[in-house]
Amino acid sequence: MWNYIKLAVLGVAVILFGLAANYGRDFAYQVHALIFMAAAAITFIYTLRTTGDVKPKPEGYFDGVVRAGVIATAAWGVVGFLAGTYIAFQLAFPQLNFEFLQGYGNFGRLRPLHTSAVIFAFGGNALIATSFYVVQRTSAARLWGGGLGWFVFWGYNLFIVLAATGYLMGVTQSKEYAEPEWYIDLWLTIVWVAYLVAFMGTIFMRKEKHIYVANWFYLSFIITIAMLHIVNNLAIPISILGSRSVMVMSGVQDAMTQWWYGHNAVGFFLTAGFLGMMYYFVPKQAERPVFSYKLSIIHFWALIFIYIWAGPHHLHYTALPDWASTLGMVFSVILWMPSWGGMINGLMTLSGAWDKLRTDPVIRMMVISVGFYGMSTFEGPMMSIRAVNSLSHYTDWTIGHVHSGALGWNGMITFGALYYLVPALWNRQRLYSLGLVSWHFWLATIGIVLYAASMWVTGIMEGLMWREVDSQGFLVNAFADTVSAKHPMYVVRALGGVLYLTGAIIMCYNLVMTVRRSPVKADVAAAVPAE
Amino acid sequence: MSKKEVETTGHSWDGIEELNNPLPRWWLLVWYACILWGIAYTVAMPAWPGIKSATAGVLGWSTRAEVAEKIASFEEMNAAVNAELAAADVTMIKPGSDVHSYGVNMGAAVFRANCSQCHGSGAAGNFGYPNLLDNDWLWGGTIDEVAYTIQHGVRNETDEARYSEMPKFGADELLTDEEIDQAVAFAMSLSDPEGDGTNLVGGTYDVELAAAGAEVFEYNCASCHGEDGTGDIYQGAPDLTDAIWLYGGDHDTVYDTVFNARFGVMPAWGQRLTQAEVNAAALYVHQLGGGQ
Repeated sequence: MWNYIKLAVLGVAVILFGLAANYGRDFAYQVHALIFMAAAAITFIYTLRTTGDVKPKPEGYFDGVVRAGVIATAAWGVVGFLAGTYIAFQLAFPQLNFEFLQGYGNFGRLRPLHTSAVIFAFGGNALIATSFYVVQRTSAARLWGGGLGWFVFWGYNLFIVLAATGYLMGVTQSKEYAEPEWYIDLWLTIVWVAYLVAFMGTIFMRKEKHIYVANWFYLSFIITIAMLHIVNNLAIPISILGSRSVMVMSGVQDAMTQWWYGHNAVGFFLTAGFLGMMYYFVPKQAERPVFSYKLSIIHFWALIFIYIWAGPHHLHYTALPDWASTLGMVFSVILWMPSWGGMINGLMTLSGAWDKLRTDPVIRMMVISVGFYGMSTFEGPMMSIRAVNSLSHYTDWTIGHVHSGALGWNGMITFGALYYLVPALWNRQRLYSLGLVSWHFWLATIGIVLYAASMWVTGIMEGLMWREVDSQGFLVNAFADTVSAKHPMYVVRALGGVLYLTGAIIMCYNLVMTVRRSPVKADVAAAVPAE
Repeated sequence: MSKKEVETTGHSWDGIEELNNPLPRWWLLVWYACILWGIAYTVAMPAWPGIKSATAGVLGWSTRAEVAEKIASFEEMNAAVNAELAAADVTMIKPGSDVHSYGVNMGAAVFRANCSQCHGSGAAGNFGYPNLLDNDWLWGGTIDEVAYTIQHGVRNETDEARYSEMPKFGADELLTDEEIDQAVAFAMSLSDPEGDGTNLVGGTYDVELAAAGAEVFEYNCASCHGEDGTGDIYQGAPDLTDAIWLYGGDHDTVYDTVFNARFGVMPAWGQRLTQAEVNAAALYVHQLGGGQ
């Protein structure tokens, strides 16, 4: 019965998207309607072919969707790093904005493709996959909702494809990290609610008495992202048949909403969500208990309460009222120690197992990840101080800060999780090659150091050049002077990107070979409580 | 952490246990210090919003006041050189002197704020707005002429403005259609040294019509544009023999100009800017490359 309802809904959807493609007012909208139509049609055919099949009652953990998520994470990671490396070269050598790329592959179009590919495609798939893995293991329950997990996975990746193709065709509402237009936002909202339902359902069905700390972080990430996404994307479409819309809020209110969203995308997507990852994979890989239960409670609540206030520090010295700017700065500084709580818990979990740093490159990856987390959560509050910000804002220092967090913390902890997950999910005794993990570790680490160091140099140089005045108070440098002065450091940055990308490609090879060549492990884990 | 005897909480998830370690003391103290500093800072600075306004902070600091203070300090610092610039005869200001570099820098700022809307941010001009980088001046390119043009403007309502008015030869029926065609062709031929029917900017005209237009030009146009068509800076009449065209040198545009005339206007900036700012703008424009 359920399948017939599904078929009817999908059939109607195919027709409606076909109509939308036909009557769409702009090219991008038509392309997107066709993508939606193709997705609905494929699902229709798949449902039709499997209707009436007798399916065995699912048992054990729902790991198929996690395996798909692991593959998507690794693949999108390479795409995102490649795009980032290319645009880094475009900045160093503007000739790479080739004439034939104009309107599709110039820096302005590729830059949001890069940011969304790494944050949402690589990071988002990593978060969904690991959260599904962790919530099942730590609740000793199968993922709730039958095939809902598959809907979340495919729905989320459809969102990624729509967003990415949209950027290339110029579909953007010009909000950083919230570029996709209204219909893509609506689709993500549906997918995200399904994600929340699947995750919450599993927690409700848990066989453990308490909810594990990793799940607090994952849950806070899912709920807060839903709220941020909806409020920041409140917009009225110009036409139901077109890709353009008008934001409901305007002026400084719009800017404040955007950076409330933008900062908490960092806070809840890239911090809270990835802390959830850390709280499972670090103790598992180190085979040590978490350092302090008390610290995890205090820093969790402090982090989520304080983070949400810190957004105004993105708008110092703008039309934003001074009081809001002060509050953003103060909450950012108070956030420093709660952020470091996660670092302490991660690092101290290794106490008693420090020797593993020598023998296990995966642990080394996780440790350096937590180290970069600590560094960027110190740098962030420092840069939020108005006096520092007056130098650092709008410079490459900000770009360096973001990347020491993204490449160092988010990237490395995800690599660590992938190295843990692939043998576990494909039932292999061990990774194909620990030597290749070491190579990956060193390439990525040196890449990050090149990136962060070059951006500190250019950022501070640029800030100083912008504010340099002569004896009569007139500015000495034109903007173009700073651009030419930065060129050598831009080349260093791009080379850092090449190293990081190379490391990721080595990882993909290692993971594929693990599945193909590593010896199979005997027993399969079943969904049972740990005690 | 040498205390290996710390108990776990007794929970276990998928084999993960948790130790019951206390909060690290240094961590807690630094956090308390941050919170105390935060409270003190919000008392000192504008911070807490109310219904209609926010607390101003006991230090009375604001970004606006900070900017105003910086502007005031620079103005005080430059008061002497500013007064010197305002009182100066612009023709006597020597490049390299303090007052010259002050004027050029200040003029660049004045230009960006007031002039770039018409003349372009790089001063390269626009349709109907002269390019200030070249050596072709409608009203004279010496620094005192430039300063006068800025001060009083062109064809505005003030008495001192630069003024001239080209007749509407077609619209006011001063010339017949045939004469206009001839005049247009002749005017275009002035910037065609080769005489092949294509002028310096690629505009094409009828060579025979042009020959017939010499007489029309002499009686109707030469009084302002000169017998040889090289223009007259005392009447703001453009040079017609070069490749520089304010409105365009193709046939249709030149026809439109002859038929309807042109009446380009510039405000009298002396009414809005200080004397120092007018002098500064003149110094800036004059050193762009086209100054005579």
